[in-house]
Amino acid sequence: MDEEYDAIVLGTGLTECILSGLLSVDGKKVLHIDRNDYYGGESASLNLTQLYRKFRPDATPPTDLGRDRDYALDQIPKFIFASGGMTDLLVHTDVTRYLEFKQISGSYVYREGRVNKVPSTEMEALRSPLMGLFEKRRARNFFVYVQNWKEEDPATHQGLDLTKVPMRDVYTKFGLEAGTQDFIGHAMALYLHDEYKTKPAKETIQRIVQYSQSMARYGKSPYIYPMYGLGELPQAFSRLSAVYGGTYMLDKHVDEVLTDPETGKFIGVRSGEETVKAKLVIGDPSYFGAGEMQEGQKMRVIEEGKVVRAICILKHPIPGTEDVDSLQIIIPQNQVNRQNDIYIALLSHAQGVSANGVYIAIVSTVVETSVPERELLPGLNLLGPILDKFVSVSPLYTPTTTGVEDNIYITRSYDATSHLETVVADVRDVWKRVTGEELKLTKKEVEVQE
Amino acid sequence: MSKQLQFKLVLLGESAVGKSSLVLRFVKDQFDDYRESTIGAAFLTQTVSLEDGTSVKFEIWDTAGQERYKSLAPMYYRSAACAICVYDITQSASLEKAKSWIRELQRQADPSIVIALCGNKADLAARRQVSQEEAQKFAEEEGLMWCETSAKTGEGVNDIFDRIAHKLPQVAPPQAQRGAAAAKGPGGAGKSVDLNKQGGAGATGPEGCNC
Repeated sequence: MDEEYDAIVLGTGLTECILSGLLSVDGKKVLHIDRNDYYGGESASLNLTQLYRKFRPDATPPTDLGRDRDYALDQIPKFIFASGGMTDLLVHTDVTRYLEFKQISGSYVYREGRVNKVPSTEMEALRSPLMGLFEKRRARNFFVYVQNWKEEDPATHQGLDLTKVPMRDVYTKFGLEAGTQDFIGHAMALYLHDEYKTKPAKETIQRIVQYSQSMARYGKSPYIYPMYGLGELPQAFSRLSAVYGGTYMLDKHVDEVLTDPETGKFIGVRSGEETVKAKLVIGDPSYFGAGEMQEGQKMRVIEEGKVVRAICILKHPIPGTEDVDSLQIIIPQNQVNRQNDIYIALLSHAQGVSANGVYIAIVSTVVETSVPERELLPGLNLLGPILDKFVSVSPLYTPTTTGVEDNIYITRSYDATSHLETVVADVRDVWKRVTGEELKLTKKEVEVQE
Repeated sequence: MSKQLQFKLVLLGESAVGKSSLVLRFVKDQFDDYRESTIGAAFLTQTVSLEDGTSVKFEIWDTAGQERYKSLAPMYYRSAACAICVYDITQSASLEKAKSWIRELQRQADPSIVIALCGNKADLAARRQVSQEEAQKFAEEEGLMWCETSAKTGEGVNDIFDRIAHKLPQVAPPQAQRGAAAAKGPGGAGKSVDLNKQGGAGATGPEGCNC
């Protein structure tokens, strides 16, 4: 460990592994360390033994659930937009060659006590029981407007400057009902709460377009998912980093992040008696005092909320969903008198995450009360009989500074959204803070040597 | 037309037992005493032709150095159709490491994986610490192929890839023939999607359709 590196990366979560891979490809000498003996940190997928070790250290997993190796249980339930930033990253880095992807089979939204399919096309929207006849006509006008809207072409704006006009006014212009707004804003634009209505409409419109494009790509849902769990993603990006010279050390405790007493700038990290130096460090919040601030330590991360997640083991698909092998259900906040949406992500054997006949549903939401588990009830109630349930409450950390002044760049915790676009945004943000430039993705030549 | 099969092959074993050298000898028939690891090569390919005209294309994955500090990602060998676990005949500890990789494969990899145990550096027989009998006995007990090779002289290298190629088509299910995207999905429910291909159900992606 005596060499000097361009960058030390702490934690092998997805965000850190993508950054490590991108830096290595860019020619930087990277040392990547994780305190755990497995890849992925919070974004790792766990087998049953690991799940029990985390939630019930004194119990052993039941034997009737099948083999340990059949399981890859995500701790953070997220899917990949078929046509989004994560797909771009995967394609442009050629990391796709390490992975296999499946479609998520359905996308649903909760309305007035029932679960309905989110319409994927204009035709489906017009047949959907989500809207009455007149509302369908109004919604159609709205979707045609969204489809034709081009920022640079004022003729498509119909007098609305979407960079200024709040989304609420756009809904009003098209006369859309509150329930329709719920489904557009929450099930298509995927906002977690209603704050977006007061903000300029442009972002909402862009989100609806991204949703529609993702939906159009493979048909059944806007999402894809890697076989054997999300935990395959950090591993694949770590291989990209290693293939370009990155050095990996798992199971390595980090005792101290060393800074210059005069300037406060990053010097290196200490593990036991060993010290390794680098120009900069990138790491997840858990390596910088998250949850265990010590006296006199500089406060580098703050908590900005909590997410409650319940991993539920089922022996059946979710009732009322055409028995699909994988899906997302969104329960918009207004439908259940909350400030934040509740999400359900269902996966099963078809994605290589559970034994045959076993379904894994993860119910999650942003914590609003002092009894987080109870907040999940509207979601849990849709699942039918739950065989077993593992509930966790995770704080969301965000860095207090950009890191530019001390070369300590901290990533964000995995948020409550149902997709990986915020992870991509964090990657782009850290990249810009580290290099001073926007991340440019240029497709590498295929480097298979024949 | 003769059959063409493709398989993902992974190399496992302690650092410095000669994994990359074996691949370099097999793929390019080269050897370099002080070889630095290849930067930027995700995997190499080489084809073996069988007597019946079948050609077996190996997609050969090297560890990219991730084994050095106990950091090899399980994803690496997850969908492998075959594995060569390499030890150095002059280092008895390296056989123990190879054995532990074999146990890991038996636990985590596809049950139909073809595993070869390979004692490299056979040219250094004067410094031998691992007897042929010991290694061969272990391989027989575990039902593995076994050989000794020298990446330096080339001895035994083509032979072991050849033997693997002969064993593969009979044991591997047909859908496992694509290496990187080895379609070994359990249940077989739902086709995989190829992100590198634009298109799908009436899609007009931002880059347009290039099919």
